[in-house]
Parts: sequence; structure tokens; C-alpha cells
Amino acid sequence: MELSGAQILLECLKREGVEVLFGFPGGAVIDIYNELPNSSLKHVLVRHEQGAIHAADGFARASGKVGCCLVTSGPGATNTVTGIATAYMDSIPVVILTGQVPTPLIGNDAFQEVDIVGITRPCTKHNYLVKDVRELAHVIRQAFYLARSGRPGPVLVDLPKDVMQVKTKFIWPEDVKMRSYNPNVKPHAGQIKKVAQLIRDAERPIIYAGGGVITSQGHEALTWLAQKLHIPVTATLMGLGCFPGNDKLWLGMLGMHGTYAANMAINNADLVLAVGARFDDRVTGKVSTFAPKATLVHIDIDPTSIQKNVSVHVPLVADCRLALEALKDELAPSLTEYDFEGGHLPWVSKVLAWAKEHPLTYHPSETTIKPQSVVEKLYELTNGDAVICTEVGQNQMWAAQFYRFKEPNCFLSSGGLGTMGYGFPAAIGAQFARPDKMVIDIAGDGSIQMNIQEMATSVCNNLGVKIVILNNGYLGMVRQWQELFYKKNYCETCMDAQPDFVKLAEAYGATGFRITDPADLERVLKQALDTPGTVIVDVRVEREENVYPMVPAGASLTDMLLV
Amino acid sequence: MRHILTVTVENEPGVLSRVAGLFSGRGFNIESLNVGPTLDPGVSVMTITTEGDEQIIEQIVKQLRKLITVIKVVDLTDLKSVLREMVLLKVNANDANRAEILRTVDIFRCKVVDVSIDELTIEATGNYEKISAIVGLLTRFGVKEISRSGMVAMKRSIQN
Ligand SMILES: Cc1ncc(C[n+]2csc(CCOP(=O)(O)OP(=O)(O)O)c2C)c(N)n1
Ligand SMILES: [Mg+2]
Repeated sequence: MELSGAQILLECLKREGVEVLFGFPGGAVIDIYNELPNSSLKHVLVRHEQGAIHAADGFARASGKVGCCLVTSGPGATNTVTGIATAYMDSIPVVILTGQVPTPLIGNDAFQEVDIVGITRPCTKHNYLVKDVRELAHVIRQAFYLARSGRPGPVLVDLPKDVMQVKTKFIWPEDVKMRSYNPNVKPHAGQIKKVAQLIRDAERPIIYAGGGVITSQGHEALTWLAQKLHIPVTATLMGLGCFPGNDKLWLGMLGMHGTYAANMAINNADLVLAVGARFDDRVTGKVSTFAPKATLVHIDIDPTSIQKNVSVHVPLVADCRLALEALKDELAPSLTEYDFEGGHLPWVSKVLAWAKEHPLTYHPSETTIKPQSVVEKLYELTNGDAVICTEVGQNQMWAAQFYRFKEPNCFLSSGGLGTMGYGFPAAIGAQFARPDKMVIDIAGDGSIQMNIQEMATSVCNNLGVKIVILNNGYLGMVRQWQELFYKKNYCETCMDAQPDFVKLAEAYGATGFRITDPADLERVLKQALDTPGTVIVDVRVEREENVYPMVPAGASLTDMLLV
Repeated sequence: MRHILTVTVENEPGVLSRVAGLFSGRGFNIESLNVGPTLDPGVSVMTITTEGDEQIIEQIVKQLRKLITVIKVVDLTDLKSVLREMVLLKVNANDANRAEILRTVDIFRCKVVDVSIDELTIEATGNYEKISAIVGLLTRFGVKEISRSGMVAMKRSIQN
């Protein structure tokens, strides 16, 4: 039977397991939309294409599956670029389907034509322009395969209008073969033995885990290694949730806003096991002084991550879960021969002493609400079981510091790109992925306004997303830098003339709450979380609170500014 | 240090911009780049001359391999290989210096491929050093135009 390009596309999406398609129509994709009612795919109409890509990204992060979005040519396509770059930096599997002008018009500056393949080349894992309907099924299959395999990432497929209209015989490619793409996933046995021996010999080991542990679902093997071998664990922003946040070996995040214990431990360790992390400048501080006493082991699926920023002693290119499991198999027999607990006791005690000396903290107040206390309350009220999305800035760092994540895929935050406006649409995507979970966007008053239009999407789909705005009336993180490093020249960071967020919620048909008094915090937050449907809570917090600890950009990790 | 990379790629639209964009986007330097078809119509070979320290070259090679359309990358620097570049030079020639130019052409086994009253067009082929030497020697006569192919390269059959 012959099918049109649009029909083939939708059939392929179904076979690839797409459940929800976040999208926004336009002339170049009408043919696809015309077929949509005949498909079992659920489509979610967003209010801005940036919302569609972030929602697909949020769906992917919360579910571990590939997220998918569909937008029209020209402005529809360019509106997704920030979201594509966001997913690219954080290695999130998404497939972006963009409409394109008909093939005979390509290159003629046709109406709503843009070279989206050219524009997104540096921020996608790969991208395609489908010029012949007979290639369509293959391309879609490859796109999903590339997005989810190896180091995952966004893949864009540009679909000219005429290719969607024309008919051909539909053949489902049973498997995908690409001679130029073979992600190396199995760990090298010799390297595993070497790393295992380094672990046996180490006196002061630490695990530095990144997003790769979550992507590969390596958290169980990592937790086994840490708990059985008594190795303290720290993680990057992207790695939060890969190890239980209430375990005594958990040190919290490391880096610029990392904990004192984590940064001190990295500085004094004799063995650093970097797993699925990439030695980002926000993590290492001054690279030349990072982990100066340690043998560095780096496990990552992407060879380009290894030896890029830091020169490591033992590289291991592999899927993180497979590598961690291989290490577990290698080390399990050693548990009887070696006394890891006793051997690491002096080190673990020292690390715990650092944690006690300078825990994550703040000066409480009875008159103004401290933003950190809002996150603490959310943690208590949700019993640590919520999916937490964040915007970018101080709100993001406080969420990362004060919510203790129990499991992976529950902390969704734009790490690499730091995209303001990410959190709320991502929360919408996450709520579709996890209808069983409470989904909260911990927001800033600045960031939330960058994709506030998605209130309509959330309300109209009866989503129970809760937006908790840590409203300081500032672009707080930039203001903090101005305060600390630019002589308090608060140029253009004060957010005067803000909307009334409670009325704004109501205008969209959602519920709004405002909290100004610390005495009301717990009661009203609880009420807000118990309110069905989309809710905005406008929490007026201490305006000039800073995020601490802080390692100034370019300084060594031990040069922390503390509370 | 200068490195010569042979990059085997899928012969697809956009593959050149993927490679070129990788170099510009990551601040790597391209000294010369040459692309041509192979006997397999689906495959092209690029020869890229680049410069950088060991760590940079390692990154370049890995980043190239990461591109989905790149099939194979070989760094010829530490291998025995044949390197060739072709250059066309249009040189000012008058009665006073024509003989001298032709002598130079002879010594380097170049060819004169076009002649006019006051110009000689010379074709030279050789490795990097030879081409540099010829260009250096001919500049003093006044080079009006120059066109270089960029390096092409091949690993030698016998390596030791
Ligand atoms: C799209 C975008 N533009 C600009 C920035 C730079 N930036 C980083 S944090 C920040 C302040 C965010 O303000 P707000 O959302 O109120 O969060 P707060 O820091 O006050 O918690 C800004 C402007 C960014 N990260 N993303
Ligand atoms: Mg703010």
C-alpha cells in the first residue's frame, strides 16, 4: 500500500515509541497536521516553539525516552534553536521535526524558508534534510537511533512540504546500520582491571559523577560501589539524583556552588573517579589546581570528553553503566579480602568533618522568607519524591543545594547552556512523562517570564504543574556577581514593574498564591501543592540573598566564599 | 606542529560544512583542505593540513571521528607517506629575466603551461618544502597570481 510522506512520518513515530508530540502548526506542516487525527499519537499544542522543544526535552529527561517535537518552517524552526542547544549541551535525546518549503523552492528565499539544517549543524548530534520520500522512513529510524544511542543528543529532521505530500510504498527498516557510526560502549577489560586495582589501593577515593550516570542508568552500580567500598560521592548539577541525597557518603554538588566538603574532598583525594562528567569550568574552577593530589580516572562514552579540559591518567571510553557494572563484578570478590570500610575510615571521617564544619546553610530570619527555606520546605512537604525542574540563576542553585534527590530523572535543569525559561515547559513535558508524580518548577521571577505563555498549555491539558517563584525582584544571580565583583553596580538587574503573578495565574485559569510572611510559608505551600491543576506560588523572598558557597570564576575550588 | 589528516567521509551534501564548521566553531586552524571523490561514488576523501600541539590534534581527530558522516580519520604525521601539492604561478617575465626564470623552472622540474609576452604560467608539484622553495624563489620576479591545490596525501605501502 502506498502512503503519503505525512502518513509514513506518523507511522514511523508510532513505531519508534513516541507517545507525545509537542508541536505548533504552520503552512509547511499542515499536511502532517492533516493526518494527525488519523494517528494514535497524542499532540500537545504549545504556545511558542521554544516551549515545544523544552517540553520534549523535559519529557526525555523525566522518562529516559526520546522526546519529540514538530514545528513549521522558518520562524517555527528558528524558535526551537535555543532549546536544541540546551538539549545538545546536556546530551538529551530529542528528535526535532521541522517543516521546510517545497524542494523546488529551497534556496530561493521562499516564504518562511530558512536553512535550519545549516543553522543547527553545530548544536545537533546530527541533522537531515529529507529530499526524497523514499528515504523518509530510513531517516526517521536513524534520527531516533542517533538521538538515543552513544552519547545521546538532539537530532533534527527537516521535512519539505512536497515530500510530505507525495506517496510511496512504506517499508519499515527493521534495523539501522550506519558504517560511520559505532558508539563504543563496552569497557575495555584491561582498563577495568587497572581501575579496580587503583580503587583497591586508594586511601582517599572519591566518585565525581555527572549526567552520564543518569543517562546510562548507572546509578545502581554506582551506589553499590560507593556503599560497599565506602567511597564518598559528589556530583555535578547534571548528576544529581544518581546517588541518594540522604546517604551519609553523599557530599552534595561540587564546583562553583558546590559544598565545602565536596570541594575539599576533591582537593585532597588520592583517587578521583570521574564518571559521565566532563570537567566543565563551573565544576573544576582553575583547572591547574583541580584535584592536585589525585590519580584521575575518567569514564565517559564520548572520547572527545576525555583529555579535553583536564589531562587524566586513566581514560576509559565506555557506557557508564556497563563500566560501573564491570567494576562491580571485578571488585565484588575483593570485599572479603580487603577491609574497605576500615581502610577508608580516616578519609571518610575527615570528609564528614568538613561537611559538619561548613554544611550548606543560611542565616534564618523571622521577618523575611529565605529562599533556601522555601526549597527545604518543598523537600519536606513532598518527602523528596517530586520531579523538580528549575529555571536558571540563584533559584537553580538553591534547588540543587537544598532539595535532596533520591533517584535519577527527578532533577531537570539546564546545566550546560543555562537557559532561562527552560524549567516551566520542561515541567510540562515531565508531567506528561510522569503523570504519577508531583512536578514542581522552582523558578526565578525573571526566568519564569521567558516562557510564561505555556501557562495556557499547562491549564488546557489539566496539568498539575506547580510553579514556585523565588521572587527576589532581581535577576538575582547576575545581581550577586555585580555585588561581589562589580562594586554593587546593579545595572539593569532590578526587575521593576513585574506582573502580579497571582492575577496572572488567574488570568490563565490557574490558581495563584502569594506568600510574604515566613510564618505562612509552610501552610500556604502545602495548600498550593494540594490544589489540583496548575498553580503559581509567588514567594517574596529576601531580595539580596546570595548563593554560597561560591568559588569565583577562575579561582581554585578551595577558594570558597562561605556564608 | 603541522599534521596531515586523511578524512574519509560519506559523499553527502553538507559534509564539507560539517567538517569546516567543526574547525571554525572550535577554534581549530585549517591550513589547507582538499576534497575529492574516490572510486566509490558514496565516499569522498579530504586531506586536511592543520597545526596545533598534541592535545589539540588529539581533540581534532576525536571531534572529526564524532561527526556522523565521517567514516575514518588517519593522522599521517607519524607514518611514512607521500605528500603532494600542486601550485600554479603567473610570474612577470621580460627579456632580462625570462632565462633565469626558466632555469629555476628546470632545476625544480616544474612545467611552463602558459606563455605570453610578459608572463609565464608555471605548474609545480611537490611536497610542502619544495613548493615553499619554488614560491620563495619566484616571488622576486613578481608573482601576479597564485593558486594552490592544498596538500593531498597517501600512506606508503611499506612503513618500515
Ligand atoms: C536566556 C538567558 N538570558 C540571560 C541569562 C543570564 N542570566 C543568568 S542567571 C540570570 C538571572 C535570572 O533571574 P531570575 O530568573 O529572577 O533568577 P534568580 O537568579 O533571581 O533566582 C540571568 C539574566 C541566561 N542564563 N539565560
Ligand atoms: Mg530573581
